[in-house]
Amino acid sequence: MSDKQYKLTFCDGSGCLKNQAREFRRVFEEELQRQQLQQNVQMHLSGCLGMCGKGPILIVNPGYIMYGHLRLEDASEIVREHLVNGRPVSRLIIQEDHLYNRFFRIFGDSEFFGRQMRIALRNCGVIDPEKIDDYLAMRGYEALAKVLTEMTPQQVIEEVKKSGLRGRGGAGFPTGLKWEYTAKQSDPEKYVICNADEGDPGAFMDRSAIEGDPHTVLEGMIIGGYAIGSRQGIIYIRAEYPLAVQRLKKAIEDARREGFLGERILGTDFSFDIRICLGAGAFVCGEETALIYSIEGARGMPRPRPPYPSVSGLFGKPTLINNVETWANIPVIIIDGADWFSRIGTATSKGTKVFALAGKVRNTGLVETPMGTTLRDIVFGIGGGIPNGKKFKAVQTGGPSGGCLPEQYLDTQIDYESLAKAGSIMGSGGMIVIDEDSCMVRMARFFVEFTQDESCGKCTPCREGTKRMLEILTRITRGQGRPGDIEKLERLGTMIQKASLCGLGQSAPNPVLSTLRNFREEYEEHIHQKKCRSHECTALLTYVVQDNCVGCGACKRVCPVNAVSGNRKEKHTIDPKLCIKCGQCYDACKFNAIAKV
Amino acid sequence: MTQVQTEKLQTLREAMQAARNDAHPESYLIGILHKVQEIFGYLPREMMDEVAQTLEIPTAHIWGVATFYHYFNLEPIGRYVVSVCMGTACYVKGAAGVLETLKKELGVEVGKTTSDGLFTLQEARCLGACGIAPVMMIGEKIYGQLDSKKTIDIINQYRKAAAEEKSAVGAEARRGKP
Ligand SMILES: Cc1cc2nc3c(=O)[nH]c(=O)nc-3n(C[C@H](O)[C@H](O)[C@H](O)COP(=O)(O)O)c2cc1C
Ligand code: FES
Repeated sequence: MSDKQYKLTFCDGSGCLKNQAREFRRVFEEELQRQQLQQNVQMHLSGCLGMCGKGPILIVNPGYIMYGHLRLEDASEIVREHLVNGRPVSRLIIQEDHLYNRFFRIFGDSEFFGRQMRIALRNCGVIDPEKIDDYLAMRGYEALAKVLTEMTPQQVIEEVKKSGLRGRGGAGFPTGLKWEYTAKQSDPEKYVICNADEGDPGAFMDRSAIEGDPHTVLEGMIIGGYAIGSRQGIIYIRAEYPLAVQRLKKAIEDARREGFLGERILGTDFSFDIRICLGAGAFVCGEETALIYSIEGARGMPRPRPPYPSVSGLFGKPTLINNVETWANIPVIIIDGADWFSRIGTATSKGTKVFALAGKVRNTGLVETPMGTTLRDIVFGIGGGIPNGKKFKAVQTGGPSGGCLPEQYLDTQIDYESLAKAGSIMGSGGMIVIDEDSCMVRMARFFVEFTQDESCGKCTPCREGTKRMLEILTRITRGQGRPGDIEKLERLGTMIQKASLCGLGQSAPNPVLSTLRNFREEYEEHIHQKKCRSHECTALLTYVVQDNCVGCGACKRVCPVNAVSGNRKEKHTIDPKLCIKCGQCYDACKFNAIAKV
Repeated sequence: MTQVQTEKLQTLREAMQAARNDAHPESYLIGILHKVQEIFGYLPREMMDEVAQTLEIPTAHIWGVATFYHYFNLEPIGRYVVSVCMGTACYVKGAAGVLETLKKELGVEVGKTTSDGLFTLQEARCLGACGIAPVMMIGEKIYGQLDSKKTIDIINQYRKAAAEEKSAVGAEARRGKP
């Protein structure tokens, strides 16, 4: 990559920063200067390395030598001994081999990956997902062996509880507690379900996790089955993900062959098997009670809870249902321990979260960071900011159940509580960046159109309420908004939130209410001044030719309705009465002489 | 029906028999409907009756399920299914424009099939390729970073391929006759 002799990675996570990591780095750099070594090394910052108890941390490559507990006076010794004399300072080296470390060893020195921390996705991109041997080489199924030979179900549950892991499917319910409730039920027939329905339109974490490392999910589920006393697991996955389904099928076959699934796993008395059920394109089936109906071969319509699935779920039996990412965390918690895991993250949210970063941002893709990372770090650090010199407007988290957060919330720490307080939700991990070219009223309308379409129709507030909201939003974007519409939206929104049967309806107004809170002036402009500042609402814009028109006639030629007139080499004009706002003239003009106003 | 279809139908019938013997036959219903659609491209009425009889589930229930889930087609579809992603990332990057282009170019509304039976236009929710938005999928192939020109070019490639195939088949048929 470069002719630099050493690559130095300094942990820049909040745990290390508390331990004077920045000061250490400064002293270190001074020392490099003194020894005139700046040219020989390349320095990187990384996100939290998960060793917060041992900070500040420095990793030196080649060799992947990891130093910890560094004090300011250690800097000169490392520079002199290791970088100059080539002798690593053994008294400062810490031996840590957390599972996710291998990922960091391979990808850790790139800007995009170096700032991440990969637990759920630790093997994605590192192993061949279709080879069980690759997974085994990464300590795969070691957690299962440990659980079956050394731990009682009760101990497994205690460990998961102690880790502080919370559900990654959206609601953030403490996973250990859920396991405990399900384990307590006396019914001998119980089920374990993996929710891989991933309905948020703009998110692909679960898909990538399965495609990149299917065995982790299986291993998590088998451990869950052991903990609650179940013999049968089911993965409910979207039919839109054929590759993920194929890899899961292969993984299940391989795991059966190797004795990790099926009768008498690893020679113990514990038997467990997994079956795949396909979804069929209904967002609401991500909701757990609807999902269960769908597996039972019925229409996926939620029912009121309680009883919760942990008491009465699939076929009326106690059922443990967790999200893909939740399952993927389990093997790591078992191997590396709850103590290690619970050091990562914030007081109430432990571990990492995977986000699907997309929209108007330079680097799109999957990002896994410790809880507590700020939105700014993700959008502008890992994501590299907004392309094409545009201005940031908002970041949308939580998909159709979430909200849009503007600039002033960028320093919000990502955890369940902080995001909720800021007026959005963690959700399952969709994160869409929006720039100044997007109209927030349309954005809200987009999500309501989605939820309205996906509403199962069982309860009236959701079925009718979302329809009315959509009508109002549509008329506002068409320039037919009326005074009082904003208040109507607020009233309707609150009513739908309170009165709907399931999470779909209860959260459907969130995109509207959050944009009303944070971008109210855009609604007001649409309604009162008939203006859309992003020029996205075509009904509210006019195309005008400006003075820098050279009269080339390109616009005139493409106009399908002959609305453009003017002589060659003279400024043209557009007749707003004829113009159908197709925008072809705007695209055709090579001189940027046509403006939207 | 082609040879492949007949064989697949055979496996489907076996799968249905297996499901019958399970403690919860109805839990295989959606999977079986998927297999039917894989064979025929949609859910033909007669097949729904057959599934109903074999699994002993009322046709009305099956019909209810088939209409509830977006994934199932109740009408025959074209040779190529063009699904335009209308997910959030694609929306932000201009998916609406791509859809308009396709509607114009193919001359059909969403959910409909062109008169030559070549293309069916559909909307999809996030194809999981948000990084290269806006995206469409034809068959199982994903096309990303679309604009209207690129979209039309891709459609034309499919038209061309279909036309070439047709003339090749025609030539073969002519050659086959003495
Ligand atoms: C409308 C709606 C859609 C949902 N979609 C999903 C989904 O796609 N994936 C998921 O894991 N959970 C989804 N959930 C949450 C599930 O109901 C459930 O809480 C979750 O699967 C529990 O797993 P966890 O505790 O591991 O998060 C959805 C909930 C609602 C109300
Ligand atoms: S939103 Fe279109 S691929 Fe994800």
